[in-house]
Amino acid sequence: MTMKMMRGFWKLTWVEFKLFLREPMASFFTLIFPLMMLFLFGSIYGNKPNPFFGGLGFIDTAVPAYTAMIIGTSGLISLSISIASYREQGILRRFKATTLRPQAILGSQVIQVFSVTLLGMILLVIAGKIVFHLRFPGNPLSVFAGFVLGSMSFFALGFIIASVMPTARSSQVTAMVLFYPMLFLSGASIPREVLPPAVRSFSRFLPLTPVVDLLRGLWQGESWGKHLGEVAFLAVILIAGVLISAKTFKWE
Amino acid sequence: MPRPTVIEVENLRKTYGPVIAVETVSLEVYKGEIFGLVGPNGAGKTTSVECIEGLRRPDAGKLRVLGLDPGRDGYALRERIGVQLQESALQNRIKVWEALDLFASLNARSVPWEPLLDQLGLAEKRNAPFAKLSGGQKQRLYIALALVNDPEIIFLDELTTGLDPQARRAMWDLVRQVRDRGKTVVLTTHFMEEAERLCDRVAVMDHGRIVALDTPEKLIQSIGVESRVVFVLVQPADLTGLNGLEEVSRMEQTGDRIVVYGRSDQTVVEVVKFLSTNRVRFRDLRTEQPTMDDVFLTLTGREMRE
Repeated sequence: MTMKMMRGFWKLTWVEFKLFLREPMASFFTLIFPLMMLFLFGSIYGNKPNPFFGGLGFIDTAVPAYTAMIIGTSGLISLSISIASYREQGILRRFKATTLRPQAILGSQVIQVFSVTLLGMILLVIAGKIVFHLRFPGNPLSVFAGFVLGSMSFFALGFIIASVMPTARSSQVTAMVLFYPMLFLSGASIPREVLPPAVRSFSRFLPLTPVVDLLRGLWQGESWGKHLGEVAFLAVILIAGVLISAKTFKWE
Repeated sequence: MPRPTVIEVENLRKTYGPVIAVETVSLEVYKGEIFGLVGPNGAGKTTSVECIEGLRRPDAGKLRVLGLDPGRDGYALRERIGVQLQESALQNRIKVWEALDLFASLNARSVPWEPLLDQLGLAEKRNAPFAKLSGGQKQRLYIALALVNDPEIIFLDELTTGLDPQARRAMWDLVRQVRDRGKTVVLTTHFMEEAERLCDRVAVMDHGRIVALDTPEKLIQSIGVESRVVFVLVQPADLTGLNGLEEVSRMEQTGDRIVVYGRSDQTVVEVVKFLSTNRVRFRDLRTEQPTMDDVFLTLTGREMRE
């Protein structure tokens, strides 16, 4: 890639980032809603160490869990809906007719969604630290790696939806139908510890559950070795997503 | 001196499964002209143009655009052409200036985009989001985006569809200005009037083929349709003498409405002279020249209707 091409790519990514911030619904669910949950439940449960959470406090488990929630929103909802509606409106078609390579057009979407997901997590961490004295026994690099894996797997899921569904509307409905059960059952908003055992064993198979478990584990300082099952689950989703969308993705 | 050729198309063919979008198209476009592909929807205009732009891969045929092969050198070609596409859009909330700034950054060569805003009458829409623009403003923005890399050829696909007549005429002026700046313009349209008024040369397309290609004047001449002198009689009069005039080929009367056919520009002069010599009282006299609509009708046997 030449310098010029990189400049166009970063400019598009920057524009996409600004467009995201102008979209009140998207920014609310990615950036504001998780903070509201943190303040609401933080004010109820506080962050006192609790054997129920392995010696950590509520907030110490909520921050990685809500991060998983943001990953789910970003990948399943933001990314799939924006790609599907860009296709439906002919925006993808317009950019495909420029000097931008196809991978740059889709890559700018991924990077934009990844940055706002990361921004959402950073806001949670800052709020947790300032307001609730958030504890972080884990390794930052390790948590970041888990965050990248979870994000990429969910972005791949979003791409499958955008590729397979014929319209923006059907993408949106599919994304919602998949997202809401996960939001409540995967531990991303309500700790799975409080769910009945039957629901808990079912919810192990939801794709967001391994993201929650992996991030919570890494946050507490557990080793990757303890989470190989989750890593494998997410890697399979990621690979399947890339393969399926490479086969079925349409530009118009 | 013949003008240099910027686009050469030989036996272009494109099918989508069982559907033949373009059966065979051959044409040449010269530097600095406004070249029009006209024909009804589904005639294969857009498919032809998108093959020439390198956006679609033809099944067969030889294409050269600015000396490049659009299929192989598509990205190199995109640096040197500007395109406005049918059925495309920009992000709803992107601002006019952001779109121009972005598109300028995508090409190795670009012109400053601020003057383009003025030239296309978008200066006060600079900060307006794309979704808030009117149809005409969106089209003008597309032209600005197509011009921002200082292209040698600009492609406009159904530029004025959906615009009101006034906006359409303003758009024609813009296209002429683009040509007058030395650029070659290739446009598609299903408005015969647009082809006639705007294009230097026109290829008439029907069912995936070019059925005629020439200047609008020559196309109209070639079909041999007569011009008409039309008027309304104010009181009954004997007009049989009109048939004897040299420049009149025949005459039709429906109630008080008279249509006189003739092939030369002298027809109207003779008719008016006859009417005044014979003190015939008439009103609403006008002449009707054959148009590109007549060309299409003669060539295809069908009316050209939207």
